[in-house]
Amino acid sequence: MGAPKIVRVGLATCGIAAGADKVFQALAQELTGQQDVWLKQTGCLGMCHNEPLVEVLTPAGESYLYTKVTPEKATDIARRHVLGGEPVRDWLFDDGHYLAKQKRVVLRNSGRIDPESIDDYLEAGGYQAIAKALREMTPEQVIGELEKSGLRGRGGAGFPTYLKWRLTRQSPGRPKYIICNADEGDPGAFMDRSVLESDPHSVLEGMLIAAYAIGAREGYIYVRAEYPLAVKRLKLALAAARERGFLGENILGSGFDFDLKLREGAGAFVCGEETALMMSIEGKRGMPRFRPPFPAESGLWGKPTSINNVETYANVPWIILNGGEAFAQYGTERSKGTKVFALAGTITRGGLIEVPMGITIREIVFEIGGGIRSGREFKAVQIGGPSGGCLPASLADTPVDYESLTQAGAIMGSGGLLVMDDSACMVDVAKFFLDFTVKESCGKCTFCRLGTKQMQAILQRITNGEGREGDLELLEELANSISRASLCGLGQTAPNPVLTTLRFFRDEYEAHLYEKRCPAKKCRALIRYQVNPDRCNGCGLCNSYCPTNAISGEKKRPFSIDQNLCTHCGLCFNVCRHEAISVN
Amino acid sequence: MEEQLHAAVAAILRQYDHRRGNLLPVLQAVQARLGYLPPEAMEQIASAFGVPPVDVYSVATFYAQFRLKPPGRHQFKVCLGTACHLMGGHTVLDCFERRLGIKEGETTPDREFGLERVACVGCCALAPVVVVDGRVEGRVSPTRVDGLLLSFSLEKSRRETPATPTNGGGGSPYGA
Repeated sequence: MGAPKIVRVGLATCGIAAGADKVFQALAQELTGQQDVWLKQTGCLGMCHNEPLVEVLTPAGESYLYTKVTPEKATDIARRHVLGGEPVRDWLFDDGHYLAKQKRVVLRNSGRIDPESIDDYLEAGGYQAIAKALREMTPEQVIGELEKSGLRGRGGAGFPTYLKWRLTRQSPGRPKYIICNADEGDPGAFMDRSVLESDPHSVLEGMLIAAYAIGAREGYIYVRAEYPLAVKRLKLALAAARERGFLGENILGSGFDFDLKLREGAGAFVCGEETALMMSIEGKRGMPRFRPPFPAESGLWGKPTSINNVETYANVPWIILNGGEAFAQYGTERSKGTKVFALAGTITRGGLIEVPMGITIREIVFEIGGGIRSGREFKAVQIGGPSGGCLPASLADTPVDYESLTQAGAIMGSGGLLVMDDSACMVDVAKFFLDFTVKESCGKCTFCRLGTKQMQAILQRITNGEGREGDLELLEELANSISRASLCGLGQTAPNPVLTTLRFFRDEYEAHLYEKRCPAKKCRALIRYQVNPDRCNGCGLCNSYCPTNAISGEKKRPFSIDQNLCTHCGLCFNVCRHEAISVN
Repeated sequence: MEEQLHAAVAAILRQYDHRRGNLLPVLQAVQARLGYLPPEAMEQIASAFGVPPVDVYSVATFYAQFRLKPPGRHQFKVCLGTACHLMGGHTVLDCFERRLGIKEGETTPDREFGLERVACVGCCALAPVVVVDGRVEGRVSPTRVDGLLLSFSLEKSRRETPATPTNGGGGSPYGA
């Protein structure tokens, strides 16, 4: 029997949402029972824009990637290519630059292995790093290797990982805990979801190594409840690791004991903050507490605790196996290694990418992302979610590293990278993030609780065309006070989206304020929808959707909108198939 | 009814030791079982954990996941993350609100449909996204909203046909 052909289907949440489960069934129907064909589920290859994805690997190691596969296409691919031996050329993916500029460390196994199979992970070199650490390295040597690598926390703040580990190790209290922060709450960020859905064991292995280095015997993974598939695959991974003796007592005969508990978050953004997260694990309201003492001294239940995020842990096994220097050869002087970004917005090729630090925003947007989808103009990127900022197209040559981004007014953040074209209103975007922080503020600090509400009210009236003289200055004053007088990262960074848009897009604020005009035609109170009689064929679809019956007319004749009744919801604009509705 | 509820909560409480750290997992398990957290359940949990009921209530109201009212048979979660916001998530929410006659956070009077908003489900490349009974639907348009509701109301009238031969879709968004 020769080597089998392998057919892989990406079954992460994005793939499933695009119909990959039906594609898998269609393939299974054709291929089950076939000799020398191995149909596998796998995680995310990162090309969300092209889901569902099917990859055919020949015994000789050639790879053929099919994109946007439907169940019908899958049947054809199974018959013509897998069984017939003839690739269906028309449907093959032309790689372009999507993968060429990327370097996969964290995502090394994503889209390649079956995330529900520990054997797949082992075959890909899994659990060799922990074996190496236990057999050949002292805990101090492990930490030394991390120091050489220059790895910094990937959750956003960028604290050196080795230092966090060393401080926790040296802290006198017992027992010590480690925590994996998988409470990925930034809207527009899905790096951790994808890693957990595609390669959960790499995170567990990273945690094992951390536990060995720190001297912890117990750990927690705190994962967002909105990620049911990640939770399911983590549970499977934990059970498999326990069964194979990678978790539990006397791991690999080394005398090292360690076990992990899974905790599901309950939908509070602030729990991504480390002290709030620990309060939540303790069964309380997730409200941050004052630091110092830092968790390394007094964390979970007052014991020394080291807390890192998913991506940070996923880097660790690679660093131990390949050495800190190998990792440090990627990146810039002070930001080493790679970073995973969730690329979304009005971009041609959205998805999950991993790039060496120091790459420019322009390279990400145009060479990897393929530029703006609509053919419109590239306007800005929002980086770092509600704590980050909007950088204009003119700063597209900013290198992506911790220092450069901070200097430009944004932050690295956890990795959400949202691309916007000129149809995005920056005042509206700032208001969106502020609405979010107002909702998610835990209420502990007055400035965060009430200050953000005041900022929201000001933005609301500006977008309503009711802005007042001095509003922009007042926004800035409030922003600075909130940053200074809030305890945790949520409040300290909440004004960033407003501050950066004020800095780079002040003219848009002024247009709203003084001219009562929304240049991007987004703010409802400042726009008018009209029917263009030349394009309207009188189908009446808009009329049937209009919530206020503002649209009237006779079938087959141009309709019209009563401006007194119109609430500017934009539904007619969205449903019209003839582009007959214009917005001014 | 009340006894059943009590027994269901008691069964869950038996699976956990009652240290404070287990409060959230217990609340999550109870909600998974009952669909929401009735006041009686919170009181029962409080007495098992040896804390005042207000402590349990304060935790339950802090986290967005916990519902204090029963959900609908079908639950729609409209994603309003950044990507969905830019791609028209609000229009999708508007559509649901209007067709169902309820606001986000509410359930239709017949408890057929519940509507929630969610901060981000992490499927940003497929924006705007709606989670329908736990299944992620990508690139949702206003017409897709109608399609979803239509298929559910058809399912409902099929379910009710034996009892009420005509006019089965009482809760149908197309009733008006």
